[in-house]
Parts: sequence; structure tokens; C-alpha cells
Amino acid sequence: MSLGLDDGLADGTGTEAGGQDYLDGNALAGPLSEFSSGDLTVAEGRCENCGMTGVLATTRVYAHAPGMTARCRGCGSVLLRLTEAGGRTVLDLRGLSYLSIQRD
Amino acid sequence: MGIISSGFRGRRNKDQPGLPPGQYLTESFPVLSAGPTPRIDTAEWEFQLTTEAGQVHSWSWDDFQNLPQEEFTVDIHCVTSWSKFGTRWKGVSLDTFFQDVDTSHPYTMFSSYGGYTTNLPMEDILNGKAWIVHQFDGEDLQPAHGGPARLLVPHLYFWKSAKWVRGLRMMERNDPGFWETNGYNLHGDPWLEERYW
Repeated sequence: MSLGLDDGLADGTGTEAGGQDYLDGNALAGPLSEFSSGDLTVAEGRCENCGMTGVLATTRVYAHAPGMTARCRGCGSVLLRLTEAGGRTVLDLRGLSYLSIQRD
Repeated sequence: MGIISSGFRGRRNKDQPGLPPGQYLTESFPVLSAGPTPRIDTAEWEFQLTTEAGQVHSWSWDDFQNLPQEEFTVDIHCVTSWSKFGTRWKGVSLDTFFQDVDTSHPYTMFSSYGGYTTNLPMEDILNGKAWIVHQFDGEDLQPAHGGPARLLVPHLYFWKSAKWVRGLRMMERNDPGFWETNGYNLHGDPWLEERYW
């Protein structure tokens, strides 16, 4: 699985202040596939903090960190966290009051 | 590659003294963050320590600057596997903040502007082991690196050194913080490779 995050980081500085420091929610597709064979980035979620709804692909994902953090596009609250730690993938969904997906 | 991004390309030297197991040496200073960089005006900045009795000790930026300052050089180690030797800081020891604090709780939860949290035992932040720092390499600490002030606990993995620190509260139990809740070790000693649960 690759998110392409090493691209453009040859100077080793990661993202610096002033530049866009987040990815769009499509970056979640790979890691979330550990939990579902379907594409969970098309699932609609509701922000527990501000009530904004939208598909996960529209969230802002901060990935230059010990894990991935998806934040609400409206209020910036943490919606979900994904970590790969010790051979285990951990998904924390406490910032979402629901996730909804259309059945075929 | 996994979902962790270290944000650098470094070199590994197993025979390098001072380099914990599984770490790579870098000359740069990678920026890692779980959210947008907050911009905190020092006129609004405040550091608060809250005890189990609900007593709140507060320091404004001027109060902070008037505390005894220490300048020191330490190595830092990020759980994403980079280490950086010889980083130079200026700040105030946590021992100074605790001088007039009455507490018997053995654990703390630090919190940051922006919502980040991390848990630390008292034994890892007292006796000259941790500081609130505001200068790096002789310059004011940049917001991307946690300025105007961050926690620095260099003997533990760097996720413990909370950027944009705004306070701590005493805890009876060692409750997990932002990353410790999600797979990362409660303690985080790089020499013991305490990376994960």
C-alpha cells in the first residue's frame, strides 16, 4: 500500500508551515480496505461535533504523523484516526456519530 | 509503505552511538502533525496546571519568560523512526512549574492548542527530564515545530513532546492520550522500543 507521501519530500523536511499540509479523504481508501472489501471513502458520515455530513472522501486527512487523522471539513474536529501499530491496524471512529453506505 | 509517514529519508547506522534500535539518523527536522498548525499570539498564550483538587496554576507568556531559563542540547527520537542528534533548546524545566504545586497523583495528561493530548508519568517529567521550550537553535520556536511553546521530553519518543502545549492536569490513573488510545505505547521509551501496545 502506498499513499505516495514520500513524493516531493527529498529534502526531508516533510510539509512546512504555509503549504497545504493535508490530503483529501481519498487517501483513506487503502488503509480502510483493511476493514471492508468495499470502498469506505464513499460512505457518508456525520461529524459528532458540528453535525456536518459528507462522504469520507471529502474530509481533510493529516498523514505526516504516527497515524492518519481525518478531520471535518466544516469545523476541523477529528472524525477518525487510523494507526498501524505493531502489526495491527487500529480505527478510531469516535468523531463520527454515524457512517452510512448505500446498499446495491 | 504503511500508513505512517516519517516525512524524511535518512540513513541508518547500527553502530552509531546514541541511536536507539530501529532508528535512522537525519540532519533535517521533519514536521509531523495530526492537524492544522495553530497560530497562537503570545499575548493570549497561557499555560495551566490543574491539580486533583481542582486548583489551577496559570502562567502568562510574561510569567513564563520570567521563570528561570535553561539552555541545553539533547538528541530526539521520533516513533516514525527518525532521530536527530544535538538539538539545542531554551525553556523552563517542569520542576520549576511544580515548585508550589500540591499533588499526590502520579500521572499527568498534557493538552495542546488544537486538541492534542498525551499522557506522562510524573517520574518522566520531573528531576530535569522535561521542559516547556520556546527556542530552538537560538531562534523563537516556529509554529510548525510547536511554537510559541512546546513540551520537550527527549528521553521518550517525540510524540510525547506535545507541540503548542497549553497545560496539564494531574491524573490518578495512566489514561491514554491522542495516539496512546490508538495503538501507541503508554510510555514510549525509544531504547526499549516501546512503540506500540
